[in-house]
Order: sequence, then C-alpha cells, then structure tokens
Amino acid sequence: MTEYQIHRHMTGGVRLVARKRMSTARTINRTLRPKRLIIPMTQQLGPPATPSVVPGQRVITGQPVGEPGRAPSAAAHAPRSGKVLAVEERLVPGGSQLLKSQCVVLAVDDKSTDADIEPASEWPNLDADRIQAIRNAGIVGLGGAAFPTADKLGATERCGTLILNGAECEPYISCDDMLMREHATDILRGTQTMLDLLGAERCLLGIERDKPVAIESMAAAIADLGDARIRLAAVTSKYPAGGERQLIELLTGMEVPSGKYPIAAGCVCQNVGTAYAVGRLVRLGEPLTTRIVSVTGEGVAEPQNVEVSIGTPIRELIEHCGGYVGDVPRLILGGTMMGYAVSSDELPVTKATNCVIAVHSDEIRDRYEEWPCIRCGDCADVCPARLLPQDLLPRSRTYDFDQLKILGLNDCIECGCCDVVCPSHIPLTAYFRDAKRAQRLHEQHQHLADTSQIRYLRKQERLRLQDEQSELHHTELKAQVAKDSGSRQETIQAALDRVQRRRNSDDRIT
Amino acid sequence: MPFELKPAPHITPPTSVPLVMRRLLYALVPAAIAHTWYFGWGLCINLAIAVCAALAAEALVLRFRRRAIRPGIADMSAVVTAVLLAFALPPLAPWWLPALGAASAIVLAKHLYGGLGSNLFNPAMVGYVILLISFPIEMTQWLTPAELAPAADRLGLWAQLTYSVTGQLPFDLSLDALTQATPLDQIKEGLGEMRTLNEIQIGPLFGSYGGRGWEWINGWIALGGFYLLYCGVIRWHIPVSLLAAMLSFATFMYAVDPSRYPSPGFHLFSGAALLGAFFIATDPVTAAGTNGGRLIYGAAIGILTYAIRTWGSYPEGLAFAVLLMNAAVPLLDRYTRPRIYGRA
Repeated sequence: MTEYQIHRHMTGGVRLVARKRMSTARTINRTLRPKRLIIPMTQQLGPPATPSVVPGQRVITGQPVGEPGRAPSAAAHAPRSGKVLAVEERLVPGGSQLLKSQCVVLAVDDKSTDADIEPASEWPNLDADRIQAIRNAGIVGLGGAAFPTADKLGATERCGTLILNGAECEPYISCDDMLMREHATDILRGTQTMLDLLGAERCLLGIERDKPVAIESMAAAIADLGDARIRLAAVTSKYPAGGERQLIELLTGMEVPSGKYPIAAGCVCQNVGTAYAVGRLVRLGEPLTTRIVSVTGEGVAEPQNVEVSIGTPIRELIEHCGGYVGDVPRLILGGTMMGYAVSSDELPVTKATNCVIAVHSDEIRDRYEEWPCIRCGDCADVCPARLLPQDLLPRSRTYDFDQLKILGLNDCIECGCCDVVCPSHIPLTAYFRDAKRAQRLHEQHQHLADTSQIRYLRKQERLRLQDEQSELHHTELKAQVAKDSGSRQETIQAALDRVQRRRNSDDRIT
Repeated sequence: MPFELKPAPHITPPTSVPLVMRRLLYALVPAAIAHTWYFGWGLCINLAIAVCAALAAEALVLRFRRRAIRPGIADMSAVVTAVLLAFALPPLAPWWLPALGAASAIVLAKHLYGGLGSNLFNPAMVGYVILLISFPIEMTQWLTPAELAPAADRLGLWAQLTYSVTGQLPFDLSLDALTQATPLDQIKEGLGEMRTLNEIQIGPLFGSYGGRGWEWINGWIALGGFYLLYCGVIRWHIPVSLLAAMLSFATFMYAVDPSRYPSPGFHLFSGAALLGAFFIATDPVTAAGTNGGRLIYGAAIGILTYAIRTWGSYPEGLAFAVLLMNAAVPLLDRYTRPRIYGRA
C-alpha cells in the first residue's frame, strides 16, 4: 500500500512535548471492576436520553437505561449488571465543562451468567435500520465532542471523503494510539460500515508521525483487508493537527467554510475510537458501554490506558492505577491544551472522557505574573484559524461584538496555541471563551429585544388600524344620524304640513 | 480532596516579556564593546545615565498612575528603551542629554499613551527626536574615532565623566579638537558645498564602506540582529524589507550618479541603518502586526530613511522614518489582515 500524499501544510500550530510515553508502556488494562456506576443521560451533544429504569429495578449487562431523545441524541446502557439505586440529577463532565444531567446510579453486582447479559442484537440489512441500530447502541463521537454518530452518518448532504481521525495531537492522551495498536481490525471493520452508510468514495486515516507503532499496525491491517477505499496518511506531529478542521486541511487541502460543519466541504470526520465502537456493534452486537481512557500524569502511580465502564467514578479509576502519588493539586479531564480542570474525583467517566491527568505539583509551572500585551504577534503565527489574537484581545475585554465578528472570534477553535506562546502570559483562550459566551448572551438579548420590538410595532399598527376603523365607523354613524335626522325633519315637516292643510280645509268647512 | 480549577491550556509559555527584553540587551553587548573601543567610555556613561533616568521616570509615573512599580521595572522594557536611545547619542555629551532623552521617552512616548504595549510611537526614537530638535549642537558633536585621534587627544574615563557632569574638559583640550561631524554629516555638508563624493570620501573619517569605526560597530550590531532572529525575538520581515528597500534605492541612485550619491555599502554601514533594521523598527509594540504589514512597514522605513538622508535637512533620517511609519501602523494592520480559515 502506498502512503497517501499530504496535500498541504497546516496553518499555524505548535510543537509540544507530547508526554505520551508514560502511558503507552503498558497494554490496555481491562481488569477494572467498578463497584458503583453513575450513568449520565447527557453524554452527547444534543438532547438528553430519557431514563427507562426506576430505582430498585435490577438491570443486566448491556440493558438500555435511557432511550434516545429527539435527534441528535443517543441511548445509554448499563455497562454491568446491578441494581438501580437512584435516578437523579447530578453534575457530570460534558465536552468542555461540567453540566447538570439526569443520571442512573447503579450498584454493580457483576453477575455474569447468560441471563445477566443482554442478548446480542442482530446487525440489520437496511441502511435506515443500521443507522437506527447505531443510535440505539448509544454510539457517539469518542474524540471528545460526543456528537451522536447516527446523525453524522445519516446526514442527507453528499459526503465524498470520510476522515478517520487517529492524529491524537494533544499532549498526554494515548487512548487512540493504544487502540490502533491493539484493535486495528475492528477499527477498519467499523470504518467500512461507515463508508457504506455514507456512500463515500474514500477514507483517509490521519495519524501523527510520532506514533510509529500505531501507523505500522494500521498499515498492516489495511493491507490485510485490501479495501482500496481506505488509505493511511502520516501527518506532522504538530498540535492541533487532530482538530477536525485542521486534519481536513492537511489531508484534502480543503477548508471547512466558516461556521459550517465539515460536511459542507464534502467530508465527515470520525474518531478511530468511534470506528472501533461501530466495528464492535457490527461484529458482536454490543452497545457502547465502555471506552478506553488514558490515566496519566506524574500524580498517578501507574499511568496506563484502561478500558473503563461508562459511569465509573474517576476515583475508582485512579485507585485501579495505583492511586495518587505525591502532591496532586490539579485533576484534568482531557489533554493539557483543551482539557478542563475539575474540583472532584467523584465525577463519572463519560463517553467524552478520553483522558484523566493527575497533575503532580512539580509537573506544571503556574503563571504567576502577567504582563501587558506587547503585540509581538507570536500568537498570530501559531493560530490555526489565521486569526490575530493580539487584535481580538482588547476587543474581547471590552465586548466589542461588532469588531469581534469581523476579526473572526467565532472562527476561534479554542485550541490554546496562542496561550502557550504568549510572552506576556495572558490567558488568551480564557478571554476568548468568555467573549464568546458574552456574545451568545448578547445575541439572545438582541433577539429578545428584536422580537419585542416587532411585537410592539405590530401592536401599534393594530391599534392604529383599530382607531382608523372606529373613526370610520363613527363618521359613518354620524352621517347616518345626519341623514336619519334629515329624513325625520322631513317627516315632521310633512306631518306639520298635513296638519296645516287639514286645518286650512277645516277652516274652510266651518 | 478538592482540586484547583484553572482554565485551559494547562501549559505555561516558555518565554516571557523580561526574557525577550534581556535577549535584546544581550544582542547589543558586542556592539557596545566595539563602540567603547572606537569612541571611548562615552557610550558607557550615557548608558548608565539613560538607564537610571528611564527607571526613575518609569517608577515615578507608575506611582502617579497608582500602578504596581516592581513589575513595571522588572519587565526591563524601560532599560531597553534607554539603551537604544544611548546608542543613538553622541559619546561626548553633557549628563542631562541622555537623562532628558530617556525621561521624555518614558513619560511622553510611553506612559502618556498608556504604558507598555499601548504606545503608538517608538519611545527611544521619540526621545531621540526631541533631543535632536531641541539641542542640535550637543547632538551633532561626535568624537573622532580613537584610531584617528592623536594619543594626547583621547579622553580617559575620568575626563569623560568630568565633562559629562561639569561640562569641563581637561585644560589642554578644546571641544573643537576632539569632535567632528559624523560621516553622514560630512557628506551632507560636502555635497552642499558642491564637492563630489570622491573629494569628500578621501577624508580620514571614511573607511572601506562606511565611516571609520562605524562600519565595525554596525557589523557587530548586525551580528546581534542575527542572534535575535535565531532566538525568534524578531522576525525576518522588517529587517529584510527595510534593508532591501534602502539598498535597492541606494543602488539605483548610485548607478545614476556615483559622484553625488554614496554607494549602497556606505548607506548600510553608516548611521543607524542596521541598528534601526534589527532593533528599532522591529519594536513589536509600534511595528505592524501582520506579516504583510511588516513587509510594507519595513520597506517604507527603508525608502523614507534614504530619502531623508539624501534630500532632507537632517543627515540621518531613520528616526523620522520610524516615527512616520509608526503612525501608519493601524492602517497597515487594518488592510493586511490574513484570510481567516474557512472564509472566502
């Protein structure tokens, strides 16, 4: 198989110390047996699933506990057998922040007779049924954004290229790397299914060059499979090469239009973990109940990749990896560039959790000082969206939304590159996230104000019309009255005349 | 146990503002040594006075503005301004010249606009131009390069210090004996007297390319510039476009009439062309902020510098060229924005 030729270089980006090796020394650990599971109903970008179990009920492995909501949504399943303790609202990790979600809390009993395992579902023959099966299996994008896979595959726009994302550009994370090393065949099986469902001509698999073992393993599997549609491309190990838009730019030379999904450029992007989940569904009929999570950082005793049941509390996961070592001031979900710090390890692992970093206090130097922006422009050099962060910054501070729109605040992918090169140590990404939030609020208010104004104007118009009509009515009435009174006068006059005439004639008689 | 909440990314940048400023200072060390070699201790005295005055002015203004003083001093930006100004001053100068220049650079050019990062004009050049316009005599007395001066006419550290503080020279020396015009000055005057370049340039002040002594100092400045490029403190766009524009203009005029227009090599190695290209025009705060803008900005400074040197009333035009283009930066930035990803 020949290596796919890269079309062009990526705009911007930074080379970072990857720190992935600490978690790739061991093979994927599959022995974690959690005692308790917290299964959130919101594990996808879209409406939550509806809980379909009640407290006290016993569930078996693989049994659905949440029905998919209105599209785009996905189902939730019990990864292990056990008893439902509660169905309650809790704080759970979302794609980029914590959010409130209904959760099914499970006390695991881990009985594993046949009666305790949901029978495998049959892989249907029709495309529409297959997409429904993927939705019912609760499969979402496992790269971090957790967009329901069924809705991506079922889109009506034409897709020419399936981009399979195995770049994994963020520091520390290695779950996709390990998956590609150990499960290349299942990944490709899922990829073929997705290609068929999309009707796409080709699949380009992008892997960063710093993962030679994964590249070799995938290349061998592709050669074995002999599917000419699937081609492998080793891409530069430069963050954020694994960003959806950046990978499409790297592999196809096309740019996704501003504010649109990749499908607008004829591409659909799927993570290798998602392809693996689809592959398992096709081969074994299994719903998505586990995922691979990198547990890493200097603050954990045995950093490694673990196959984790969805809903496992992070604390149990860390304990499984030997627990914390030393002073661990920070816990990060995701990588060090886009992941977010959480205050508690009681939170569950969700479908979007690709990495848990226990940060040792020696590991991260904190920014103590911040200097004013000296407009050096290093941020603009590394921005993959070709924005000018030095110009966005003052306008983000003052919420100058008109200028921010022109300067492309909404094209910012919040990758954090500008932050890590800023000599003034300004938390640029935090400013931009805040400005985006403020902009959304502002737009909501603007929308409210606009709709109220329209309502007000309509009312004014209505009142005016009403007035006009009543005026008209009034004049008509007046005219009527005038007319009526005129005719009455005539009648009276006629009667008077008659009387007068009679009188006159009476006079003559007498 | 509760963990701390900090926003992403969780990586601290490897550089910092003080580091950038320190690198600028390191890059000027060889040129400072060469300057001292050719013109005596004057530069060192001026440096010391300018740095002290700049730091004092910075601290004072920060106090008036009710800002923290320590970080403002520790970021080294005031020191860099003072050092660049001192390089532009004549070595034999009364103490109040560097002091006044540095103070006005910090107060007028920097803090009146809002302090570090907010100033529109390059502070060192504002300080220089204020001095040049206000004290033209003091600003044009340059020492004769050491190798040309007879041993008796060389001033020691003590004599220069005495002059700087009291304005008194040792009894057996006069200012006229010690000082001369700069090479650029001499050319301007000579051409004004309708002499040809060949006649002017046989004078002892002229070396193989530029002024004697000057060509070596400028060589070391260029080396410092390469160090800055290597460290990534500056980008290539401004120095390359500035020098290329100036040299091609100079080459064209030289080809037209070599008896009236000095060679491009002379323009490169005399005056402040290299200091300006690598250290002054590249000041990030006041330079253009996009690569397209930087190319235009640099080229315009190169052309303006040559034009002022050749047809203006001042022998050196870099400071004016930089200030003029500083004013054009907002416009350049506005019209050279790169195309955003995914936009037409």
